[in-house]
Amino acid sequence: MASQLVMYEEEFHRINAVCDRLTKDANAKVVFLVDKNGQLISAAGQTHNIDTTSLASLTAGNVAAMGGLAKLIGENEFPNQFHEGAKDSLYMTLVGGRVVLVVIFDNRTSLGLVRLRIKKASDELEKIFAALTARASVPGAGSPFAEISDADIDNLFSE
Amino acid sequence: MSFINYSSREINCKIVYYGPGLCGKTTNLQYIYNKTNPETKGKLISLSTETDRTLFFDFLPLSLGEIRGFKTRFHLYTVPGQVFYDASRKLILKGVDGVVFVADSQVERMEANIESLDNLRINLKEQGYDLDKIPFVMQYNKRDLPNAVPVEELRKVLNPRNVTERQAVAPTGVGVFDTLKDVAKLVLTELKKGGQ
Ligand SMILES: Nc1nc2c(ncn2[C@@H]2O[C@H](COP(=O)(O)OP(=O)(O)OP(=O)(O)O)[C@@H](O)[C@H]2O)c(=O)[nH]1
Ligand SMILES: [Mg+2]
Repeated sequence: MASQLVMYEEEFHRINAVCDRLTKDANAKVVFLVDKNGQLISAAGQTHNIDTTSLASLTAGNVAAMGGLAKLIGENEFPNQFHEGAKDSLYMTLVGGRVVLVVIFDNRTSLGLVRLRIKKASDELEKIFAALTARASVPGAGSPFAEISDADIDNLFSE
Repeated sequence: MSFINYSSREINCKIVYYGPGLCGKTTNLQYIYNKTNPETKGKLISLSTETDRTLFFDFLPLSLGEIRGFKTRFHLYTVPGQVFYDASRKLILKGVDGVVFVADSQVERMEANIESLDNLRINLKEQGYDLDKIPFVMQYNKRDLPNAVPVEELRKVLNPRNVTERQAVAPTGVGVFDTLKDVAKLVLTELKKGGQ
């Protein structure tokens, strides 16, 4: 079974910092980091009028579908996807085979610059996720749920 | 695969509704969506055909409240039940934490139920999961129809292991929240085990 994704304070701040910086360096509108299973990890930039949860789920669906297509034609993945809209465009990159970096931008920047900055950010993110994986495999790094009781779970459903 | 974030103190889990075409998976999610408070739910996203058949998935994010200071979030997905969408079903099962099998109680759908349940077992196995080990709830839907098979018979064929089961009429909500609670509880209990 796939191991669960566990996020700790330190790595979380580092990840958020990378996404913030990418937004500025690429002159992007928004940057999202999404787990391949559809969970939003981080969001930076003008996120206020975007439904981030839906965006995360649809990103994962899209990446999963494109990954399926890639395998059908003998490729392992399509690591990068670019979608051009009338105003806003979207660039997706797979990082470390596990998460997806999504950048939304308009004509105040260029695809070339966005690509360049994404490359740098994704290298950094890959290192952070490698550190997270190493941390999660340390014995004793159990879930906080080890201590919950059946009563705690029942309480969640008593309204 | 649940996602635990110690920094934002959140835990996210993924639940998938599986079952044959037209058994009522999407209807389960629609009922849940219509009956929950706006502050606990996100948008219901349905990627469907023009005839309202699920094409890729439905998605509904729900917050269930806090456990020990952690916000619990459940992401509910449905698969497309039609046989030829098998590639999509496999993708949606990735990272699943719990499964609800929605069976269509109508006698003429018995074969479709069996086929879909077999398909679930195979697709889970491909992802490295064992249907006998993951959190799993059986829902007998469409109990309101005159051609519904008696529950004892459904159980014999679809639930020999006697996992948690519920009877449902999804459009009116009978059994819908009970099913969700059952599977959510099993998922949380599993997480608790995983932490030990
Ligand atoms: N009478 C009755 N009709 C139901 C019940 N549950 C669902 N339906 C109806 O069955 C039809 C199909 O329901 P959906 O929820 O779209 O089925 P689905 O499982 O999502 O189907 P796919 O997307 O093709 O896999 C709809 O017209 C529902 O109103 C039930 O308990 N009783
Ligand atoms: Mg459907």
